[in-house]
Amino acid sequence: MAAWLGWVIESNWTDPFLFAVYSIVKPVSGAAILVIMYGIISQGNFDSAMFPYIYLGNAFYIYVGAVMTGVSWAVVDDREHYKTLKYMYIAPIHIPLYLLGRGVARFITGSIAVFITLAAGILFLNVNINFAEVNWLLFFATLVIGVVMLAMLGLLLAGLTLMTVRHEGFIGEATAGALYIFSGAIFPLNVLPEWLRPIGYFMPTTYWLELLRRSLVGNVAAAFPTLANFSDLQILGVLTGLSLLFGTVSVYVFRWCDSIAREKGLIDRTTNY
Amino acid sequence: MNQRNAKFILREGKINLAVQGKYSRKDTGWRLFLKTIIARAYPRIIGQQREISWVVFEVVMPMLAVIAYVFVYRALNAPEEYIGFVVMGGAMTAFWMNILWSMSSQLYWEKEQGNLALYIMAPNSMMAILLGMALGGMLATAMRAVAVTLLGMWMFDVTFTVSSYAQLFLVFMLAMVALYGMGMMMASAFLMFGREAWHMANLAQEPIFLASGFYFPIKSLPFWVAAGASVIPLTLGMDAMRQLIFPTGFQFGFMTVQTEIYILAMLSVVFLATAKFLLARVEKLAVREGRITESRK
Repeated sequence: MAAWLGWVIESNWTDPFLFAVYSIVKPVSGAAILVIMYGIISQGNFDSAMFPYIYLGNAFYIYVGAVMTGVSWAVVDDREHYKTLKYMYIAPIHIPLYLLGRGVARFITGSIAVFITLAAGILFLNVNINFAEVNWLLFFATLVIGVVMLAMLGLLLAGLTLMTVRHEGFIGEATAGALYIFSGAIFPLNVLPEWLRPIGYFMPTTYWLELLRRSLVGNVAAAFPTLANFSDLQILGVLTGLSLLFGTVSVYVFRWCDSIAREKGLIDRTTNY
Repeated sequence: MNQRNAKFILREGKINLAVQGKYSRKDTGWRLFLKTIIARAYPRIIGQQREISWVVFEVVMPMLAVIAYVFVYRALNAPEEYIGFVVMGGAMTAFWMNILWSMSSQLYWEKEQGNLALYIMAPNSMMAILLGMALGGMLATAMRAVAVTLLGMWMFDVTFTVSSYAQLFLVFMLAMVALYGMGMMMASAFLMFGREAWHMANLAQEPIFLASGFYFPIKSLPFWVAAGASVIPLTLGMDAMRQLIFPTGFQFGFMTVQTEIYILAMLSVVFLATAKFLLARVEKLAVREGRITESRK
């Protein structure tokens, strides 16, 4: 039900065609900025391993903005905009599940955007994915683990959002923006200053994006030294471990924030910001 | 006791007279127009600075994009000018975001919060309100843009070499006038939107960053795409500024600085005139259709 509600909220402001355009134009434009930047500097050499690295990383990163921010944004939307969060709290539902459900709508629109971005890359931009050589099992296993991990990170941010006054809208965006830099989404981690790299190594999104790239375009891994010494299975293990760790932390942080928010009467607080 | 009461009444009476004197003068014409501009600009220039965390977020968010794109160029071993292009583009995003969220959508927010009806009821010009919003937004955003530029210069060792301060000032001012004129025009159009206003503003981010060449020279785009994107004043404004502040910038120029100045001047006039025309029309339409006080969540 929460997923359906989320979908309706996301899409019913306009007709389906405009909604489809809206869902596609933003991510494709974001990808196109990188493609042009790459094209200018490489003088149109799209055969280098760097190009699929950037393109695929950016395409799958759409899920981070969609799922993680989608879950936490539900708090802002319900509390500030529709002023319905308090009604959700008094309804016989489990709030974390409700918030995760609200993220499902964003997952669907995000999936469409990822698909379109990948299709545009394959069809028009020489992103070389040989479907016969794709490791589908690894791809889908990674995708599922990653999306669940992002939803749990979204729950963590939702907890923080519950406790935050006025700037709650920025929390998801700022986190997604920071992860974009530290996850090696569009450049290898070894480009970062050495003292910043450990942050990237601690982020599950780093391993998630690496595995997605490896499953689709195997040769990308060898071209960059960051995680080249790790096998797929090792990275999958690290991703699963970090996802479990962040998932557990998220559950506890949300519970803690939720109890504080109830105690302080923050559930129905509106600031008009 | 009675003496104290009498003193108090006398003092209160004096204050009331002073207040009455101050506010009983009826400003009309250009004086009212100017006062309205200042009154609407005030919360933007002063009020926004009071919320320090907003300032931090509004500097940090563009910086995140700047950092990401700078590292992409570094990963590609791009010439150093491109790092400067990204820093400058990142600073200019503050203006575009201000146009989208604090100009175009502003009348829509005001409608949602019930202020729009008060604006229309008050004996002032709506054009003055929009000009006040523009002026305040421009000055407040300029501070954010400067902060992003300074941070970018410090973090990535970017240096600017200005070839003509006069031209740079002229280009920047013309780009701002045209851009905020465009914002005023869009504010009128957004007045007719309901919930879709938020989505429209959201939609006009990445595509504009792409088309206007915020992070790369606009010359890299096909000619007609770049020409079409030149309708957005920041496109030519940034192109001209890049030519003026980087020693090799002229190599990346879409048109000559002179031509871009003429076009920006033309855009300024067109956008401001259209904003005035549209505002009058849309205001009438919104009043007739009862959209001034509606709130469509």
